[in-house]
Formats: sequence, structure tokens, C-alpha cells
Amino acid sequence: MAEKVLKKGNEVIALGAIHCGCDGYFGYPITPQSEVMETLMEEKPWETTGMVVLQAESEIASVNMVYGGACCGKKVMTSSSSPGLSLMCEGLSYLAGSELPCVLVNVVRGGPGLGTIQPSQGDYFQAVKGGGHGDYKIIVLAPFSAQEMYDFVGTGFDLAFQYRMPVMILTDGMIGQMMEKVELRPQQPRLSDNEIAKRYGSWATTGKTPDRKGNTVTSLALDPKVHETLNHRLQAKYREIEEKEVRFETLYCKDAEYLLVAYGSMARICESTVESARAQGLKVGLLRPITLFPFPVKEIQRLMPQLKGILSVELSTGQMVEDIRLSVEGKIPVDFYGRLGGVIPTPEEVLEVCMSHYIK
Amino acid sequence: MDLKDIIKPENLVYKRTKVLTDNVMHYCPGCSHGTVHKLIAEVIEEMDIQDKTIGISPVGCAVFAYNYMHIDWQQAAHGRAPALATATKRLYPDKYIFTYQGDGDLASIGTAEIMHACNRGENIVVIFINNAIYGMTGGQMAPTTLLGMVTSTTPYGRQADINGYPLKITELIAQLEGTCYVTRQSVQNAAAARKTKKAIRKAFENSKQMKGTSFVEVVSSCSSGWKLTPTQANEWMEENMFPFYPLGDLKDI
Repeated sequence: MAEKVLKKGNEVIALGAIHCGCDGYFGYPITPQSEVMETLMEEKPWETTGMVVLQAESEIASVNMVYGGACCGKKVMTSSSSPGLSLMCEGLSYLAGSELPCVLVNVVRGGPGLGTIQPSQGDYFQAVKGGGHGDYKIIVLAPFSAQEMYDFVGTGFDLAFQYRMPVMILTDGMIGQMMEKVELRPQQPRLSDNEIAKRYGSWATTGKTPDRKGNTVTSLALDPKVHETLNHRLQAKYREIEEKEVRFETLYCKDAEYLLVAYGSMARICESTVESARAQGLKVGLLRPITLFPFPVKEIQRLMPQLKGILSVELSTGQMVEDIRLSVEGKIPVDFYGRLGGVIPTPEEVLEVCMSHYIK
Repeated sequence: MDLKDIIKPENLVYKRTKVLTDNVMHYCPGCSHGTVHKLIAEVIEEMDIQDKTIGISPVGCAVFAYNYMHIDWQQAAHGRAPALATATKRLYPDKYIFTYQGDGDLASIGTAEIMHACNRGENIVVIFINNAIYGMTGGQMAPTTLLGMVTSTTPYGRQADINGYPLKITELIAQLEGTCYVTRQSVQNAAAARKTKKAIRKAFENSKQMKGTSFVEVVSSCSSGWKLTPTQANEWMEENMFPFYPLGDLKDI
């Protein structure tokens, strides 16, 4: 039987990395995610799997170490929290532009500025709409439990290498700090250098083997046609991901007349909201996007005919709500409820808002 | 006598290294980059490490260094080459990793990355081209621009009270425990180029022996940025740059 542990979300990000055969982690301390690197340093994976763990001098260095490692065809990752992610956004744009696979974890805290170390979902726009410069997207996974924190590291690497692009795990201080039971997976072996050279030899800097020309990883393309073609290729990839990789969960949506949409920690709260609404005979359902990019546009559109209204519940001033509104194209009412500063709304509070907005 | 009578193996006195590509370099006449590229390529061939060498190109004129050598290349964000090199060397400890950076890249925007990579003693080679100016962007002040030197952002000459002082970053790097070899060279004539090649060779050898970071500064000319002919630029460099940036080894352990 699989081993079960009781651990924090941040701690199992570290275990997830080791167990899925990650080659390197490069990070910089910031609250509320420092347990990721601390756990890795305690686990000493360089003595077991050979994974490299390094504390960099800044988030800028971390993300560029990830860039270097990703160029090598290795499974590399970093983790940080909001202000740190802002510093990484230039690197993120380079990673996307150079079509490099990697996993980044953002354990979001409240902003803007130094803000607060309390949980927040205020980085939705940064994660989903870009953050860095230029026309790019990254796949964004939103775990709502410690188990998903653990599982999504491996899932993230699978997607990152399948599409050769960065994948972000967008979570928050609540999921990162929350202790839960997590079922561990068997240790996956890391790929050998020879396997990497064979698999990714068409693009990775593994050292120029005699059978091929030198590989160059760059995001630079000064020739207008080459640059336009690169961008069209990226966009085609994003469209394919929108078709194939949308992930979500629904609760009581079959006959729902009112739909709550929430991800991550807020989805946990909204699960209880829906349960108590149902106990009162109210036809409320929950849609939990698991991928924020690609967003479950089609599922919202599928549910739309039966709905009288949608409420987006977020720990922000209203960010995901914009994607919901784009999905429904003004055809049904979409409203928003959010709390800030680390204030987590109670399930009853959300239900009250839902009733006052729609049910009355 | 026919050309084919002359072109014979026994008459060969010079052959371009096979590590260099056939691409025509985009560098200006008199620029030091081409010479330094050639020296690195020759060292790679002589050490027979073409398949084991990964170069990191900077932002600046040398961003296209990857067009000129048959090796694997990573192109870094401005100043971040030492971070890429750190990860690459740690993930491939048996490979030779070098960064190729200009003064704006290494001594201004990338100060943190170079200091910390050197301080950690990453087993990498750093080639630092110091021509005291931003070449690619059109001749702006660099951290290493000399006092009084005219650039497009110091049109009346660099003044200490406004622009601060030229940064002797190589002297700072030499203070760091992680570095094993720190030297300052130049390539304005054949003798100087030979010395620089020896320094680059030593730096790569150090990397093999995992001795720590090797740092080779090459005081270079930028005739376009300095608004001088190539010959004048070399003379100006000898008269003005060398007194402030004296050549020689700063550290060799």
C-alpha cells in the first residue's frame, strides 16, 4: 500500500519534486513558501536521486538557473511567492519564448507591493495573462489540497515537456501551510544524460554530440518573418492546449441554477457552501477550474442555458471573474465576491452573498 | 605556377579551427570580439572538448556568438549568464561551461549574478569583454567607462559627481574565495592575443580540475562606439585603458 504522510502543502511540493525524478531545484527564500527549499535541503536528494538543490542569490538568479537547466533538457523547477514571481517574470517570458519546459510554483500572498504574507489569489492575472512581456501563455495548475500540490509537480513536468513550455502551479499561503494527509507515489528514476541526449537532442544543450550540429537555445529572432512564424507557432500550441488540456471539477452542477466558480483554497470553502445550500434545497453548484490556463470556457458555456447567475468567489478584487464574463459573453449575470488581506470568507458568508445577489 | 601547386599540405602555415563556423561575423572592423571568439574556438579544438563545451551568450554585441562556433549554446537574459552557467555546470559536471559577457552585461545589470557565481566557486569559465561602452545599443556609458570619456549618455564626458566612478569589477572578483584564476588580458596585437589564448586555455584546464571559477577579462576596443578608426582605437586603448585597467594576473592559485 502506498505510504501516507501528514504534511504541509509546501513540504509535499518538495517531496513531489524528488519522487517524480526532478533534476534540479533553484530557489530563494520568501514567506509563505520557504518550506519547499527547507524540506529539499533536509531530504538531501543529491545523495539519493542525484537531484541538484541550490539556494540562489535572488529570484532573478533562480529563474535564470531554471532557464539554464531547462536548456539542458533537465527537469528543473523553482518556487516563490508573489513579489518573487514578479522578479521572475522577465525570465518567464524568456522561458516561454525559448520554448523551454519547467515548473514554477507561486504560493501567492497578498499584494500589491510587499502587501501581506497572508494567502491571496491576487496573482491570477499575472499567471494567466502573462506577467512578463510579449505574447505568451503558460499552463497554470491550481491545486486545492496538499495531495494536489504533491501530484501536480509530476503532472506539471509531464505537460511542460509534452508542450515544451513553462507550467505554473498557482496556489496560496493557505494551501501551502495547511497540513493534510497525502498519499505518496513510488520514486521515479531521473533520466540519464544519455537518455536526455537521445530524447531532447533536437533542441537541448547536452553538449554537441558528433551526429548533430550545435544546438542554440534562444528567444531572439531579428528577422521579421522568423519572429512572426515563431509567434504563430506559439499561438498554435496554445490553441491546441485550449482544446486538449482543460481540467476542472464540478459539484452539484447537473441541475444547478446558480453556479459558484472558485479555484484553489476558495474552492475548498465553496464546497461547504454548496453542501449547505443543497441542505436548504437551493440549487447551487460549484465549478472548480483546475487549469486556469487553459480556462474551462466550454464547460461554462455548456452549463449556461440552465443557469440564472454565476458568482466568482476569489481572494482578490475580481480577476478570474473577467474570464468567466468573457466565456458567457454577457448572456447571463456574472457577479463577484472576494475578500482581501488574508481574510478567508466562511461558507455561510459566501452563501449569504449568493442569496442576496441572485436567490433573494 | 598554378594555385593548385601552392595549396598543398606542406605549404600550410595557418588553418582556421573547425570549431568556428563559416558565418561572416557581424562585428565592426577593429572589434575585439572576433579575435576572442577565434581564441576560444582554438582552445576548444586543441583540448578536444567541442562535444563537451556549452557556451552562454550575453545580451550585447556578442549575443550572436552562437552563430560563430560549432558548439551548444544558451542565450541568456541581460546579465544572467552566470546563473545559467551555474545550473548547467551543476547538472552536467563533466561538461565545460563558459559565459561570454560584456561590461554592461557583467559589471552593471548582472553584478549580482557574477559576484555570487564567482563566490560560490562555480567551476565555470567567464570571458569578460571590457570595452568601456555599450556597443550594441549605440555607445552609451558603461560601468567601466573611464572618467572624462565621451559616450552618447555622457556627451560632456563621464563625471564622477554625476555618473560615479569606473568600476574595477575584476579587482572585486579577485577578492572572492571561489575564484582560482583572475586575469586581465588584451588582443590588440599578435603577442597580446597569444597571451590571452594561454589565459583562456588555463581557465578551461582549471574547470576540468574543478578548481573554482576562472575569470578572464579582455580589455577590448570598440572603434564604432569610441568613434575612432581601428588603429586609433588600439592606440587610445593602450594610452587610456591600460593605465586604469592594468594587464596581468590578479590571482592564480
